[in-house]
Amino acid sequence: MTPTVTDASRAEVCAVACAELFRGDGEIVAAAVAGFVPMLGSRLARATFEPDLLTTDGGPVLSAAPTPLGSPATEVEGWLTFRDHLWLVLNGRRHVVMGPSQIDPFGNMNISAIGDWARPSRQLLGSRGGPGNTRLNPTSYWVPRHSARVFTEKVDFVSGVGWDRGAHEIRAVVTNLCVLDFATPDRRMRLRTVHPGVRVDDVVAATGFELSIPDEVPETRLPTAEELRIMREVLDPKGLRDREVPA
Amino acid sequence: MASGNTTSKVMTVDDVVGSLSDGMTVGIGGWGSRRKPMALVRAICRSPLRDLTVVSYGGPDVGLLCAAGKVRRLVTAFVTLDTIPLEPHFRAARQDGAIELTEYDEGMFMFGLYAAAHGLPFLPTRAGLGSDVMRVNPSLRTVRSPYGDDELVAVPALTMDVALVHMNRADARGNAQYLGPDPYMDDLFAKAAGTAYVSCERLVDTSDLLKEGPLQSLLISRAHVAGVVETPNGAHFTACEPDHGRDEAFQRLYAKAAADPAEWAAFEKRFLSGDEAAYQDAVRAFREESSR
Repeated sequence: MTPTVTDASRAEVCAVACAELFRGDGEIVAAAVAGFVPMLGSRLARATFEPDLLTTDGGPVLSAAPTPLGSPATEVEGWLTFRDHLWLVLNGRRHVVMGPSQIDPFGNMNISAIGDWARPSRQLLGSRGGPGNTRLNPTSYWVPRHSARVFTEKVDFVSGVGWDRGAHEIRAVVTNLCVLDFATPDRRMRLRTVHPGVRVDDVVAATGFELSIPDEVPETRLPTAEELRIMREVLDPKGLRDREVPA
Repeated sequence: MASGNTTSKVMTVDDVVGSLSDGMTVGIGGWGSRRKPMALVRAICRSPLRDLTVVSYGGPDVGLLCAAGKVRRLVTAFVTLDTIPLEPHFRAARQDGAIELTEYDEGMFMFGLYAAAHGLPFLPTRAGLGSDVMRVNPSLRTVRSPYGDDELVAVPALTMDVALVHMNRADARGNAQYLGPDPYMDDLFAKAAGTAYVSCERLVDTSDLLKEGPLQSLLISRAHVAGVVETPNGAHFTACEPDHGRDEAFQRLYAKAAADPAEWAAFEKRFLSGDEAAYQDAVRAFREESSR
C-alpha cells in the first residue's frame, strides 16, 4: 500500500475523490466541465489508476497525455469539437461531471433558472447539455460549496434528470465536505464518506433534505504521496484547485 | 476579386442589415463567446429592426440584442460568456420578462439545425426525455421507433429566415473557411436558413483559400451563401482564432457595465453610439489606455 500523506489540502482530497469517479471507466472521454477540481481529478485518474481514459486540454483537443491545468496540449491524440461532443453523448463513451446550482435527493439537477421558469427570480446558464448527458451518459456532480441552497428537496427546473426520471446513471456527487452516492434501494442520495475534518452533522446541516446515512460513515481516502506529487508538481503547479475550494 | 464568371456577393454590413425585416427569425453562428458575427449584431442593434426571433448557442450576441430591445423570442440551450459564466443582459431580460424563451438541450438544438439544414420535419433523439425542457416546450412531441418500443423526442426543424455567421476567410463568391479549432455549427446554420450571410476577417481570392488552411477548413459552400462582408476584427470581443483570441479585458468591461444600468449607458455612449469603424476606433483607444 502506498503511504498516504496527512498534509493534503481539502481541495486535494476533493480532487482525488473526483479522480475516483472515473475508476473503472476505461477508454472513454472524461468530460469534467464543472471546474478545476474535477478537471484535475480526471487527469489525475488518467495519470495513475485509469491510464486508458481520454482527456482534453480544456478545448477541442484530446491530449496525448494528461496536461497541466490551464496549459494547451503539447502532444495531441484527437479532435473533439462541440459537435462531436454532442454526437458522443448519444454514442455513450463519455462520463460527464457537471456543476449543479440545485440538486435533489434523486439527483435531478438545475442549471437553468431559480424560481418560476416563466419569469425567473435568477436566470442561470440554461440547460446546456444537461438533459442529454444525464439520460445517456454516466454523470457525476461537483459542488464546491455544499449548502442547503444547492441540496434542495425539489429543484426549480429539471435540467438534468435523476434516478427517478430516467437517468442513465448518476454515479456520485463530490462536494467540499463529502462524497455522496445513490447506493440505496430507492436510489435516494446517501452519504458515502466525509472528508477528513468534516463531521456527519456538518453535512446534515448543509443539506436541505434528509440524506440516507449509514451507521458508520468512513472518511474519504487521503491522496497518496504519489498523487500529491503529481497534483502539486505536474498537473496543477499553479494551485488552481485551492482557489475553487475554501480551505 | 471574384474569378471565373460567378457574380460577386460582396456586401456591406448595412446592406445585410437593410435586407432584414421586423419579426424575422435570425440564426446566429458561433458558440458562447466564440466566433460570433458581432459586427453584424452591432449593426442590427443600431437599426430600427424589432421583434426578432433569435436562434443561437448564445453569447454576447444575445446579450447585446436583448439590451437593444431587438428580441421577441430566443431559441437556445444556454447563454454564456464562457470565461464569465452568466450573461448579464440575457439574465436581466429574462428576469424582467422582456423576452420569450424556447429552451432546448444542446444536442436537441443541434438536431433541430440538422433537420432544418436537410429538409426534414424533425429528427429523433433521446436527449431531453424526462427533463423540464419537455414541460416548458409543450409543443414538443415524442415518437415511437417503428422498429421497437423506444420513445424518442421529435426535435422540430429549427427553420430560420436568415443566418449570420463569422468566418476567418471567405471569397467573393461566398465560399467560407474557418482556421480555428472548432467549426461550431456554422455550416448547419447556413444550410438551415433561407438566406445566409457570411462576415469574415479577411476577403481573399478564391485561388488563395488553400494557402492558410487545408481542404477540410472550407466549411461553407457558396451554394448556401447569399452575401459576404469583410469585417476585420468583426467577431470582437468574442474569440476568432487564430486571427485573434477573446478580448478578455474588454469582455470583463462589457460584463461589468452590463450588470449596472448607469455603467451600461456610459459603455453604450463610448463604444456603441457610432458605426462599426467608430466601434473599432473606440476599442483601439481602450486597448491603448489599458496598456499604459
